Amino acid sequence: MEIIDADVAIVGAGGAGLRAAIALAETDPKLRIALISKVYPMRSHTCAAEGGAAGVIKPDDSLDMHFDDTVSGGDWLSDQDCVEYFVKEAPRELLQLEHWGCPWNREADGSVAVRSFGGMKKQRTWFAADKSGFHILHTLFQTSLQFPSIIRFDEYYALDLLLDEGRCQGLMAMEMRSGLIRQFHARAVIIAGGGAGRMFPFTTNGAIKTGDGMALAYRAGVPLKDMEFVQYHPTGLPNTGSLLTEACRGEGGVLLNKDGRRYLQDYGMGPETELGKPQLKTMELGPRDRLSQAYWHELQNGNTVSTRWGECVLMDMRHLGEKKINERLPLVRELAISYLGVDIVTDPVPVRPVVHYMMGGISTDARAATPLPGLFAAGECACVSLNGANRLGSNSLVELLVFGKRAAWSAIEYLQDLPAADTAALTARALESQTRIRELFSRTDGTESMSGLRKEMMDTMEKNVGIYRDHAGLQEAVDTLGQLRQRYRKVVLNDRSNVFNTDLFQVLELGCMLDCAEALTAGALARRESRGAHQRLDYAKRDDDHYLRHSMVHYRGSGAPRVDYQDVVITRSPPGLRDYSGGHQ
Amino acid sequence: MNERMVQLDVLRYDPQVDDEPHFQHYEVPCKEEWVVLDALNAIKESIDPTLNYRWSCHMAVCGSCGMMINGEPRLSCHAFLRDFEGVIRVEPLANFPIERDLVTVADDFIDKLKRVKPYLIPGETRSIDEGEYIQTPAQLMKYRHFSMCINCMLCYAACPQYALQPLFLGPAAITLAHRYNLDSRDGGRDERQQVIATNEGVWECSFVGACSEVCPKAVDPAGALQQVKVASTLDWFREHLLPGDTK
Repeated sequence: MEIIDADVAIVGAGGAGLRAAIALAETDPKLRIALISKVYPMRSHTCAAEGGAAGVIKPDDSLDMHFDDTVSGGDWLSDQDCVEYFVKEAPRELLQLEHWGCPWNREADGSVAVRSFGGMKKQRTWFAADKSGFHILHTLFQTSLQFPSIIRFDEYYALDLLLDEGRCQGLMAMEMRSGLIRQFHARAVIIAGGGAGRMFPFTTNGAIKTGDGMALAYRAGVPLKDMEFVQYHPTGLPNTGSLLTEACRGEGGVLLNKDGRRYLQDYGMGPETELGKPQLKTMELGPRDRLSQAYWHELQNGNTVSTRWGECVLMDMRHLGEKKINERLPLVRELAISYLGVDIVTDPVPVRPVVHYMMGGISTDARAATPLPGLFAAGECACVSLNGANRLGSNSLVELLVFGKRAAWSAIEYLQDLPAADTAALTARALESQTRIRELFSRTDGTESMSGLRKEMMDTMEKNVGIYRDHAGLQEAVDTLGQLRQRYRKVVLNDRSNVFNTDLFQVLELGCMLDCAEALTAGALARRESRGAHQRLDYAKRDDDHYLRHSMVHYRGSGAPRVDYQDVVITRSPPGLRDYSGGHQ
Repeated sequence: MNERMVQLDVLRYDPQVDDEPHFQHYEVPCKEEWVVLDALNAIKESIDPTLNYRWSCHMAVCGSCGMMINGEPRLSCHAFLRDFEGVIRVEPLANFPIERDLVTVADDFIDKLKRVKPYLIPGETRSIDEGEYIQTPAQLMKYRHFSMCINCMLCYAACPQYALQPLFLGPAAITLAHRYNLDSRDGGRDERQQVIATNEGVWECSFVGACSEVCPKAVDPAGALQQVKVASTLDWFREHLLPGDTK
């Protein structure tokens, strides 16, 4: 088995992984950086982010206001030291991208333009039309090409971390083209593997978002934090689940029920604002958790619109006019026309909430360090506790940058005075990992189909772990997922080729998703309160006495996971009321 | 919702067992609003798990799922079944070696992207503390549509010159270089010209325009290449015919 030596190995080459790689290369050009990804960097799901990236830049705004919006938006489950660092670094990171060539939209005077976003009190979302994530990803990828110390391993699937002496010292990965497994001996590892939305059947997430990075860390003993907080984006296309960016509402789009009523005013986000004059932090510019929950109530009350794609509400952008739509929302117009046959210039578009983002993930501190020495994590796969119980739109693209760079710096600090690796011990671990794959190829007693297990997992998550949850449903999901994990041990590999075997990778991805789904559900069952995106019908109130804490889910092999808690870091904002009444409450 | 049986002939190839590629016929029930990618996913999920192809976003932005559909380079997530009649022929992108089934070897394209120095080489250095470079909306519009390339490689599959001369840098790479050349913040054109104003660069292009016809993002690489040719010609005139001009 070939050994590849590196100083730092990065798993995942989306926004966070690329930003980390560039920071490492810039800070110390002598470092050998292995950037490992199961897809070419520009295929990473960062490319699908549309609306923009938040950072304070205008004179009427302040870091304190960005802090307050983020903490209240997260229903006080954010670690406030982390949020303070984030809001301070955000503008610098966005300027850095500007200096690297990102085509941000501009004001007439040539300065950077900002737009409105949900839950934000001021306009502070930098944007590149409605293709902000795409431009950020490509700017980072292209910028990374000038650093010879970044060695890319495109289309390598990461299998296991390599641990020795209580430290993470590398990983195993399979070259997808050849099926060859390679050992990466790395003095530090950064996981930037993205989210896990594909646990659910209806999601904005691309096919690649299967929780691989989360599972790598979880199985190596690192807890997954706050996994029960799953963000539903309120405005997905009802057939494909494709995202219609929050910028639709930032620009003035409104949500209507079957009677044409702007129903958000009936759920604590009113009174109604004037059409064409969106007001920050109220009505359609409330936070995503509240908007998705309002949809659920409209559905229960029979106020949704029946369409050929199921129950929906309508998003109306006609009053914006064709010129503004083409200038600011061209992708949205194109998506709705192609996939739904609806032109937003002339008709309201049916939408419904769709699984979009995992607030939880690999537990890290504000330095992006996990509890496992030598292992760091950043981006959606990580839970640095910026987003708390509900992420505000346009904070996550900046999170990739701020904490991608922070992970790199923390890794560099860690590398100082590190003892030499025991190569023989690592190779012994590597052989164990290789055996797991060999066993899958040689299995003859397989009875379970990958697609069958995957469908059962998705159905369970959709039915029991959605926008509103209760004990009975969650218990059912916990039981089902436990059984699915047992049955997974008998999964059949249909394709035994070594060359680009996507049957194999789907089997491995399913294993990751089952582990993530079980952790998520265990966290949701244990959290007997309603906070942010985690809403319990049987525990309808926030309970700060018991649950102003992060849930930490620990892997226990084939057994059920263990849940314990860690305190939230509060520096200056005590838990309060989330007010989206536009100052009318 | 209406369903109909859709027939597809899909090119299959596994270098470990096949001497050469062959077509395999599939029939799969599809919803009327589906795209070709949905049909492939339905085949993989319920008929043949050994079929291999790349895909991710299903919204025409990640650039993974380019393939030849009835002989045309298309994104399979943006090729609607309603636009096809009869058997749909699906093959890997032309002009690239086949890795397996519909998966091509992309190394050559990735190498070429890197060669054109597709990153900002600042005209004047500026620290982060000095804030953003000023760039007016008009300056932004000069290059913005050339920055929309999703690297899907459809233009290489369509390009007759790339088919004949694999050393040709090709439409997307040259367009990306041009995107940075046109950026008011950039000063790296001279460095990039050494790569793109060459026989393997823009002069290889015969301006057939197939690249722009197949581009799913209306980037217009043919237009970019034409602009590069004109600008490079002006460079030549300046250097050779106007000795007084110090360039």
